[in-house]
Amino acid sequence: MVPRSSILAAALLAALSATTAFAQQPTDQTAQPGGAPSKAQPDAAKPLPSQQPEPTTVPGRPDIPNAEVAQKLRNVAPLPFGAPAEKLPVAELKAPKGFKVEVYASGIPNARSLRLGDKGTLFVSNRVLDKVYAIVEKNGKREAKVIASGLDRPNGLAFHQGTLYIAEGTKISKLEKIEDNLDSPPKPVVIYSDFLNHQSHGWKFMALGPDNKLYVNVGSPCNICEPPATNGQLRRISLDGASAEVYVRGVRNSVGFDWHPVTKELYFTDNGRDWLSEDLPEDELNRVTKQGQHFGFPYCHQGNFTDRELGWGRSCDEFEKPVALLGPHSAALGMRFYTGKMFPSEYQNAIFIARHGSWNRTKKIGGDVVVAKLNKDGSVKSVEPFLTGFLKNNEYSGRPVDVQVMKDGSLLVSDDHAGAIYRVSYGNSKVAGN
Amino acid sequence: MALRALIRLAAAALVLLAARSAGAAEPVEARLAACLACHGASGTSVTPLVPSLGGQPEFYLTVQLLMFRDKLRVVPPMNEMLQGAADADLQVMAASLAKLPPPPPVDGAVDQARIERARALIAQNRCNFCHSGNYAGGENVPRLAGQREDYLAKALADYKKNARRGYDASMADVLYPIDDEQLSDLAYFLSRQH
Repeated sequence: MVPRSSILAAALLAALSATTAFAQQPTDQTAQPGGAPSKAQPDAAKPLPSQQPEPTTVPGRPDIPNAEVAQKLRNVAPLPFGAPAEKLPVAELKAPKGFKVEVYASGIPNARSLRLGDKGTLFVSNRVLDKVYAIVEKNGKREAKVIASGLDRPNGLAFHQGTLYIAEGTKISKLEKIEDNLDSPPKPVVIYSDFLNHQSHGWKFMALGPDNKLYVNVGSPCNICEPPATNGQLRRISLDGASAEVYVRGVRNSVGFDWHPVTKELYFTDNGRDWLSEDLPEDELNRVTKQGQHFGFPYCHQGNFTDRELGWGRSCDEFEKPVALLGPHSAALGMRFYTGKMFPSEYQNAIFIARHGSWNRTKKIGGDVVVAKLNKDGSVKSVEPFLTGFLKNNEYSGRPVDVQVMKDGSLLVSDDHAGAIYRVSYGNSKVAGN
Repeated sequence: MALRALIRLAAAALVLLAARSAGAAEPVEARLAACLACHGASGTSVTPLVPSLGGQPEFYLTVQLLMFRDKLRVVPPMNEMLQGAADADLQVMAASLAKLPPPPPVDGAVDQARIERARALIAQNRCNFCHSGNYAGGENVPRLAGQREDYLAKALADYKKNARRGYDASMADVLYPIDDEQLSDLAYFLSRQH
């Protein structure tokens, strides 16, 4: 309350002084033609404090915004216990005509990555908490249970032939035959642990590739730095953990990727650096056409400009360019190609991308799901809003993290702020009776 | 010093044990009594390396209690104290602790050079963005003003070496380029703020 009213007061003062300035101007102008120029000169030489806008940066540091701006840049923390179902903003959420949005599950604090088991179990991970959940439908009732806890930032999930793989901060473990043992899950068995321990971008996204190998993001342990050779990459690891190789480099922190259903090429989102500008750089959607490619971090951002500290002597031409830009600080995270049968044909093989939403920007953007439609050659034709309404008056009521295409063709969206999962369906609103 | 801390801890454990064995109807009260035995009933801790809780935001306290209960932060006495606490208990405790008055800043002559170094660091690393201009914190961001210097130094060092997990990774991000001497200047400065 106090900061808001003081901001208001400051705004009012600024508006008042602006009015005074405007009121004075005509007088000066009308006086000028007939007035002596010698008289006007000392006035012009005077500093004009009341007409100068307040500096928005710290004196001597044009790269650091001042305290008033700073108030708008505090990160929004996930609710530790999630939000109760009746408080979820489902009525305010908007999707294109013909689509319906409903709550699929609530009370799953910090719901992050989504992954579907062969028998229809939905697995949900945590990033700031320690659990992995399984959601099952039994006799028409949906039920969530904890299948693993005490984990270290268990963000990444992959599923292969009955086994759930979990990527934690410093290891990958597995739960075999998990869908047959949801009530008495086995303890996770570690298969791989060759990771540095770092908090910054230390959580990991993971997915199973078409080659039946695990692909995992090994993020850069900083906002902007020359990452160690072990980091800033996507890594490919065999299912037994015995062999691992760098797949691509120059990645700052990818929290979502998937393979094109036809070309089998990997597309991944990457989060751009902070503290450069409100509007730069934008987050990227990238496409891998060859193992070993370098996507620019930390030297080149969004494919077209070099970093102000680490980019000297470099050119963006040395690196792979993004196939789409996804907005500055928008935190483009989870993404899936749509291969379901429920949505209209224009969505076939399009990419749904969850944008978690910005913090390093005074006017927040993102906090939505966008859809990227592709051309035949795999380039991006368009990026359009798909699910919106979480961001209102510069505040989030939810923050999308991941998406999952279900067997019936509906799309699930996780929200780690309110601890909820939403379901977006098309064309069957009659069935639900509302 | 260490002995006194140990005695306090033992006393707190006894309070909690007594409450448990008596099958107390108000376990939250017993847990709170145990908190205050070490952290200071007035909101100001006189126990080395144990933080003052006065003036801390309720959201921050809730999250820390949850992280101790679920062992996201591993500090054995805290993990033990919070074992088995319900979500609602954590919320009640946080709400109660958040009412304690802020600790007074460290008094006495100051080393102005250290203060100036810390100010420059704070501007450069934008500490005030989340912790506020007066370091009172807010929501998930802790109050730093008047906190114990030894605790601040330890917390910063632990974040820096990835020994302490944050609810998010902001502190690890921001401390990446800061060295140990700078951390000690920050702790010195912040413990002397109102």
